[in-house]
Amino acid sequence: MESLTQESATSRSPAAPDTGRHNGLAWLRPWMRVKVYVGGFIVMILVVVGIVGPLIAPHNPNAQQLRLTLQAPQWFGSSHFLGTDNLGRDVLSRIIYGARVSLLVALAVVVISGCVGVTLGAVSGYFGGKVDFAIQKLVEVMWAFPPLLLAIAILAFLGQGLFNLILALVAQRWIQYCRVVRGQALSLRTRDFVTATRALGASDSAIIWRHILPNLMQISMVIGTFAMASAIISEASLSFLGLGVPPDIPTWGTMLADGRIYISTAWWLALFPGLCIFFTVLGINLLGDALRDILDPRLKRAGSSI
Amino acid sequence: MIPYLVRRLLGTVPVFLLITLLVFLLLHAAPGDPAALLLSDATSEADVIEARQRWGLDQPLHIQYWKFLAAAVTGDLGKSFRLAQPVSELIAVRLPATIELATFSILIAVTLAIPLGVWAGAKPNSWVDNLGTSFGLFGISMPNFWLGIMLILLLAGSFHILPSAGRSTYGIAGSQETGFYLLENALQGNWPAVKDALMYMAMPAFALGANMIGILMRVTRSSVLEVMHEEYVVTARAKGVAEQGVLWRHVLSNALIPIITVVGLELGTLLSGSIIVETVFAWPGMGSLLITGVTSRDYPLIMGLVLMYTVAFVTINLVIDALYGIIDPRIRY
Repeated sequence: MESLTQESATSRSPAAPDTGRHNGLAWLRPWMRVKVYVGGFIVMILVVVGIVGPLIAPHNPNAQQLRLTLQAPQWFGSSHFLGTDNLGRDVLSRIIYGARVSLLVALAVVVISGCVGVTLGAVSGYFGGKVDFAIQKLVEVMWAFPPLLLAIAILAFLGQGLFNLILALVAQRWIQYCRVVRGQALSLRTRDFVTATRALGASDSAIIWRHILPNLMQISMVIGTFAMASAIISEASLSFLGLGVPPDIPTWGTMLADGRIYISTAWWLALFPGLCIFFTVLGINLLGDALRDILDPRLKRAGSSI
Repeated sequence: MIPYLVRRLLGTVPVFLLITLLVFLLLHAAPGDPAALLLSDATSEADVIEARQRWGLDQPLHIQYWKFLAAAVTGDLGKSFRLAQPVSELIAVRLPATIELATFSILIAVTLAIPLGVWAGAKPNSWVDNLGTSFGLFGISMPNFWLGIMLILLLAGSFHILPSAGRSTYGIAGSQETGFYLLENALQGNWPAVKDALMYMAMPAFALGANMIGILMRVTRSSVLEVMHEEYVVTARAKGVAEQGVLWRHVLSNALIPIITVVGLELGTLLSGSIIVETVFAWPGMGSLLITGVTSRDYPLIMGLVLMYTVAFVTINLVIDALYGIIDPRIRY
């Protein structure tokens, strides 16, 4: 099966778009341009909200006003635009603070899994032999768990907390990088420029660092974008199940868990945090789609699975 | 093909060993002594020691692992800490509900996504394609538990069309011996019970399948798009096969391999998605059992379920591998 997918991956290489032209995004198909604009817009808002969050949040996200519980959203005449929750906490402020947590966790997960996966993949593909065998066995074992199940198991046994959450999310997410990068490294190591560098006396680590890894940057960026989207959903899922960050930190997932309990009386508790997750993931996926088509059309199937 | 499958089957043995080892080590990395956790605070020191002996917790780690493994092979997954029942029995009761839900979601996903994908792929960049592609992207970006909550809010809360949680209305469901409500009642011709089961299943199955619809649609589209320009398609057209015939017989059957691969990959996502969706809809399957186990720190139950899910996932991948050979006779092992 391995050879089958590799074969079909190489045979499907439609003409790469000419990235050499420098007239903005005009060379992209109109649909692709929409993707870049919409995705970019959503991600930009998110990043800005994440950074300046405490300045624009109207309330303290954890301040309880027990006389103002479950207030419906009010656009005028109230400072609770998106209503309040069962403890009288301001929904909008919690969403704004939640954006920070989601983004930070997802970013940490993507960066760490990227480092681990790319390194292991490059080492595995470049050296081959026993090292490759050991790393691929590890990949096989980790991959045998349905996604998220391993994360649930890790959090169930090791307990909640930010560190454990990131560990649980990284546990499987590095594999995607590792597989793709290994394949690339396998073909790169036989290329003339690598042989030439070796003939000049470069050490293995120098070759990997200076010549193999830079060639893997584009692919890793595309995988990273999709990994970011999936990490946000996974983090929200785990928080929803009560396994994510401690309850005193507001996140979109925990807000949804509360929202589910009050679903029959307070629709706004479940609607707004969910919309945030949806649009965030949509924006990142749109950017990822566009990025993939721009950088490497052969990667059609690399992303989006976990 | 048979020798290949036997080889694959044997190849999964070391993987399973490593998986059990990993899960076992995770359990022992858990903070706190299981015996202390299980017994009440009032238990005397001597009783705790006695309990540790009884559960074999005082033995070296490798012996504990060996005992766990030997028991697991015979289907004995230990006893639940909290429910005091054998884990394998608890799982057996919940398993049919999860299988039924997952199967139904796959059916929904396949019947919606493949026609949509073929249609979009046959007319690239048309309005159908753009609409389908956006729909696919929506499906991928939608967290399934939120979709579930929104469905409850709309269809159960506002319009009262579908029930919001559970699996059957008390009194309507007929025989429930096997646990497969739908299949069992359909075979017995008990249609009110079938309708009841379908009503309960509709929302969770759709929420669970939405993600797969999106991904499957995208893959079908790109796979069809590629096959569309192959020579045998041109030949089929040239010899006068109607466009519908070309699409469904010549294009789709050749585009199936990547589609099957993705269905296989996505089944893992579906399995883990079911854990959350079952929690949202209070669906009495393995997923909600797992979350109950996690919240009450019922370690044997968690371990048993994790192993069960993993075995299911590995088996599914094996079956998918075998399917390749049936669908594409060119593939020889």
